[in-house]
Amino acid sequence: MTTLTDLTIADAQAGLAKGDFSARELAEAHIRATEAGRPLNAMITETGDRAVAAAEAADDRRKKGEGLGPLDGIPVAVKDLFCTEGVLTTAGSHILDGFTPPYESTVTANLWRSGAGMLGKTNLDEFAMGSSNMTSYHGPVHNPWRRQGDNQPLVPGGSSGGSAAAVAARMCLGALGTDTGGSIRQPASFCGIVGMKPTYGRCSRWGIVAFASSLDQAGPFTRTVRDAAIMLNGMAGHDPKDSTSVDMTVPDFAAALSGDIRGLKVGIPAEYRVDGMSAEIEALWQQGIDWLRDAGAEPVEISLPHTKYALPTYYIIAPAEASSNLARYDGVKYGLRVEGSDLNDMYAKTRGEGFGDEVRRRVLIGTYVLSAGYYDAYYLKAQRVRTLIARDFTQAFENVDVILTPTTPSAAFAVGEKMDDPVAMYLNDVFTVPVNLAGLPGISVPAGLSEGGLPLGLQVIGKAFDEATMLRAADVIERAAAFTARPAFIAGEAA
Amino acid sequence: MSLDKSTVARIANLARIEVPESDLEPLAGELSSILTWIEQLSEVDVEGVQPMTSVAPMNLKQREDEVTDGGRAADVVANAPETVDGYFLVPKVIE
Repeated sequence: MTTLTDLTIADAQAGLAKGDFSARELAEAHIRATEAGRPLNAMITETGDRAVAAAEAADDRRKKGEGLGPLDGIPVAVKDLFCTEGVLTTAGSHILDGFTPPYESTVTANLWRSGAGMLGKTNLDEFAMGSSNMTSYHGPVHNPWRRQGDNQPLVPGGSSGGSAAAVAARMCLGALGTDTGGSIRQPASFCGIVGMKPTYGRCSRWGIVAFASSLDQAGPFTRTVRDAAIMLNGMAGHDPKDSTSVDMTVPDFAAALSGDIRGLKVGIPAEYRVDGMSAEIEALWQQGIDWLRDAGAEPVEISLPHTKYALPTYYIIAPAEASSNLARYDGVKYGLRVEGSDLNDMYAKTRGEGFGDEVRRRVLIGTYVLSAGYYDAYYLKAQRVRTLIARDFTQAFENVDVILTPTTPSAAFAVGEKMDDPVAMYLNDVFTVPVNLAGLPGISVPAGLSEGGLPLGLQVIGKAFDEATMLRAADVIERAAAFTARPAFIAGEAA
Repeated sequence: MSLDKSTVARIANLARIEVPESDLEPLAGELSSILTWIEQLSEVDVEGVQPMTSVAPMNLKQREDEVTDGGRAADVVANAPETVDGYFLVPKVIE
């Protein structure tokens, strides 16, 4: 029998249906993998008992012929940014010390209703602010991959670094992340797995610790495009508790993976050929274009003229929204409190001690750009440029069905690198941030290896609420790439 | 755009974050370099462009104005560092 931890979600479901193994056996294999994977520091809290309880319920249902479908009995991990009832939720921050939500986020509740079980809560950059997982109060996560002939630990990317590392190391079959500027797609690319950010509004944000509300969106990490489609179906849907979640039919995403992209128009944005792009990224991108053309699609040169302004726009809007959202951490309602001489002093001391360096930087930038006298020059200007960035995409999508780009400008870097220059770290998200600003869906698919033997991803961007076409193109890339390389460390096999 | 120490101290106070004196100078440098990088937006012509206010074009849904939840005082204060009788407790603010 195949190692249970090496299965895809789709194959695991087929195995459960045939009775090759029980959901309980599947959960237990992953609990052992989670324990074996501890050196990666991918999980902040392990919840094996919940995974077992969900698996037993799934086995009971199956015996009675009442199975719930593709996610019934599937063990997954959850970024520790989703509130989970009765389970510690940290957002990777000191300031939420001991916070145990009395409620469940809508997206996780949807997954549990589909029969999935929770193996644990995964590590992340503090409040999802970062591209390396280095800013977590709970310590850095190590990427299960290593450069060839080099044992230096690498970052898994961020902010959803724990979720990406856990899926890549076979600690879980899938995991939840959130993506505000690339926090699902960049770590997926760094860890050689699939990561999808759905359209803004596709999944409810209710119960997810807010970073930048107009950009945040939940999405899945998986090892195949089909599994991503299955996970999204388990997560998505209208929620009256999030006024920005849309009330529209959720299609069967897995059914869209026909493998047929004949006549599909694939936009290739000229502005993504940034200065200094490495030859291997350029070659990978060209390879992706060739794969899609060979499958019958038509590559079309397009222009997204405001691309270069996306990052600076993002670094006004996201910190501004963050400074407002994070005002709630004041030592009164939950988490850390540091006593002070009076109420204001208590606020300042609590926030001074509770926030890490990157969060402090962003809250200060956000406070500054929203402050009297600067609001128009920074925030309003950024919101106007954002309109132009979104318009670029709208105009491009009049002529194409999807857009193909690299996911990241480089492969994973070493733990500790790029920490002394915030702007150099921000540049990691140059290809992913525009998608968030425009509210579009994007997916990263592992497509090749760097010279050093590290995974590199290609990004497919879809039209708003047309994840189905985006997934169909991504599935074709996955088939053509036939990416079978495996990370140096696999927890599932060590188990 | 270059921020000096006193501006950083002023923003930190607005944000209610205590910043040690020794951190002000390096922070001023970091924030200035981020703001200088952001300055490139000044070259974009936004004449007549509306600021984005809604990411997905949609109308907000309406619902009946009725109570759908509540009566959970114990849950609401369950995570608070200090409470008394279902209230959050903070340092005294009035003499």
